[in-house]
Amino acid sequence: MTTRIDTRFAELKKEGRAAFVTYVMAGDPDPKTSLEIVKALSKSGADVIELGIPFTDPMADGPSIQAAGLRALKVGMTLKKTLDLVRDFRKSDNVTPLVLMGYYNPIYIYGVDKFLADAKSAGVDGLIIVDLPPEEDDELCIPALKAGLNFIRLATPTTDDKRLPAVLANTSGFVYYVSIAGITGAAAADANVVGDAVARIKRHTKLPICVGFGIRTPEAARAIAEKADGSVVGTALVDALKNSLDAEGRATAKTVNAVAELTAALAKGVKGAQQAAE
Amino acid sequence: MNIAKPNSYRSGPDERGHFGIFGGRFVAETLMPLILDLEKAYTAAKADPAFQAEMNGYLKNYVGRPSPLYFAERLTEHLGGAKIYLKREELNHTGSHKVNNVLGQIMLARRMGKKRIIAETGAGQHGVATATLCARFGLECVVYMGAVDVERQQPNVIRMEMLGATVVPVQSGTRTLKDAMNEALRDWVTNVHNTFYCIGTVAGPHPYPTLVRDFQSIIGNETKTQMQEIEGRLPDSLVACIGGGSNAMGLFHPFLDDPSVEIFGVEAAGHGLTQLHAASIAGGRPGVLHGNRTYLLMDADGQIQDAHSISAGLDYPGIGPEHSWLHEVGRVNYLSATDDEALAAFQLLSKLEGIIPALEPAHAIAKVMELAPKRPKDHLMVVNLSGRGDKDVPQVGDILRGKK
Ligand SMILES: Cc1ncc(COP(=O)(O)O)c(C=O)c1O
Repeated sequence: MTTRIDTRFAELKKEGRAAFVTYVMAGDPDPKTSLEIVKALSKSGADVIELGIPFTDPMADGPSIQAAGLRALKVGMTLKKTLDLVRDFRKSDNVTPLVLMGYYNPIYIYGVDKFLADAKSAGVDGLIIVDLPPEEDDELCIPALKAGLNFIRLATPTTDDKRLPAVLANTSGFVYYVSIAGITGAAAADANVVGDAVARIKRHTKLPICVGFGIRTPEAARAIAEKADGSVVGTALVDALKNSLDAEGRATAKTVNAVAELTAALAKGVKGAQQAAE
Repeated sequence: MNIAKPNSYRSGPDERGHFGIFGGRFVAETLMPLILDLEKAYTAAKADPAFQAEMNGYLKNYVGRPSPLYFAERLTEHLGGAKIYLKREELNHTGSHKVNNVLGQIMLARRMGKKRIIAETGAGQHGVATATLCARFGLECVVYMGAVDVERQQPNVIRMEMLGATVVPVQSGTRTLKDAMNEALRDWVTNVHNTFYCIGTVAGPHPYPTLVRDFQSIIGNETKTQMQEIEGRLPDSLVACIGGGSNAMGLFHPFLDDPSVEIFGVEAAGHGLTQLHAASIAGGRPGVLHGNRTYLLMDADGQIQDAHSISAGLDYPGIGPEHSWLHEVGRVNYLSATDDEALAAFQLLSKLEGIIPALEPAHAIAKVMELAPKRPKDHLMVVNLSGRGDKDVPQVGDILRGKK
């Protein structure tokens, strides 16, 4: 099976550049604006889009993404509406890879088999589920692979060489290397340290390795893109979105543009990177 | 639900931390290596007689165990049925059963060379116990506590600070125990290299539900011996309140394979089961939160709902996974008591026995008030008096004087 993710990374490899991966929360600040934001991401240079599934208890997220989830929940966002958003997005963009990222409970409650069928038909390409380590692969990872979706795993600074094979075993699409031990929105990682970690993981897999957590600026995105196959930016985009809202947390005329402009600047950073020789 | 009866109710969990479909290890990858280390360290400690001997020394001379099994004569007379015994966990150093577990985990942390301890707390009893043992062993201690709970359990906040702990009021989400646990997990992910997470109840990712249960089982084991000495036989029933379920599991577990013993867990029904409450078994269904699959209060989209209880220690939208399993296999009966019932029980026990209970075990007493009169006079009923009410005196005082 080849997903849009596989196709996109194959193209990027030919172009000889790293991927720019963006994260925003589905339904933030409202479903309609959120759809416009997702469309703007791909138009402004995002190579892969991660879309957060709102959850009340995001244990691995910092204050910015916690607040984004709560904004989305407040206006009635659900997992079902998140899939609707993906379906609407696919009407105008059938090539940009889209990955849902979140926590397991909403999916478990939706029903795993029904979720996988609905996600696939909506146009989702992959899943990143923070609280499903390889020890719980029977829950969703194996069924997702069977349903033709990529299951993208997080590798972290605490994932040592002994554990890496287990983490990589059922991973597909790409590997998401979390550059620091911590939550989203925390301090940035040093690009050289990240480079060593990427090299270490590359010894165990041929999959592309994207790096996220703590990347906020075009310069940082570029520095990471020189060491890895992709830079992931989330909190900075969510903050740009939030700063464009009115006092009640509602979208303004500036909201979509605020995210689009930062996306374009970050994409330029990533595209300016000199890729390390393979 | 139709589930085959197991040969033993005491053999769980399996090697992946499952009690039936419940339990498991639903955590971020960053934490996974640590959880595996903890499991290894715990298995080694359990097999090491020196570990048990050291624990026993502190349990006796620092905690003050064994705690008495006390015949509540006036409560028994008043209710006119079963003979009621109180397992006096409120007499432990720090005032509740929480210290049994904390001692065990701090010993483990020391063996693992961890110098920084974090904990979540609701009523503050687990936080106080953790702050106490950190003071005793010279460890850094950070306690996460929902801002709402910081407000309603002030005496414990002051105690923790006096003991040298840093109390962090948690402003996210519903600002109660569930959010304190989220925040503790976020701290742990960030400080994995030097930090030990001391969980306060039989919940969280495997192996926590098991190790907390094992450390708390001293309650049930002592009860068994003491009842044998006093009455020459097993008790007929056990009653305990349930927040996450650690004091209940500690009392119940040693008796699970004694079929003559009826077992009752009491959840917090808050304003009533049709309104805001914290009774996950009565009002919830299986879901995944805080590292394990268990009964949770949530909406149709799988979003976790606000719990409510007058008692900060029971104000949690989940329950330990082994309880969920014991419910489904039908070994334990899960009941619930409202805020008002707990308040009435709080006053009754204070006036009849001269023991001011914490609001948490007041929920257990509330159900004893219903169960005991329906049982014969030779029925032996044990209720776990999991903590003392000092921390609740200001809050209950305000309520009784009509201030809140
Ligand atoms: C005295 C007391 N009893 C019971 C509880 C509830 O916890 P658990 O169900 O784990 O025993 C608490 C929690 O704070 C408590 O302080």
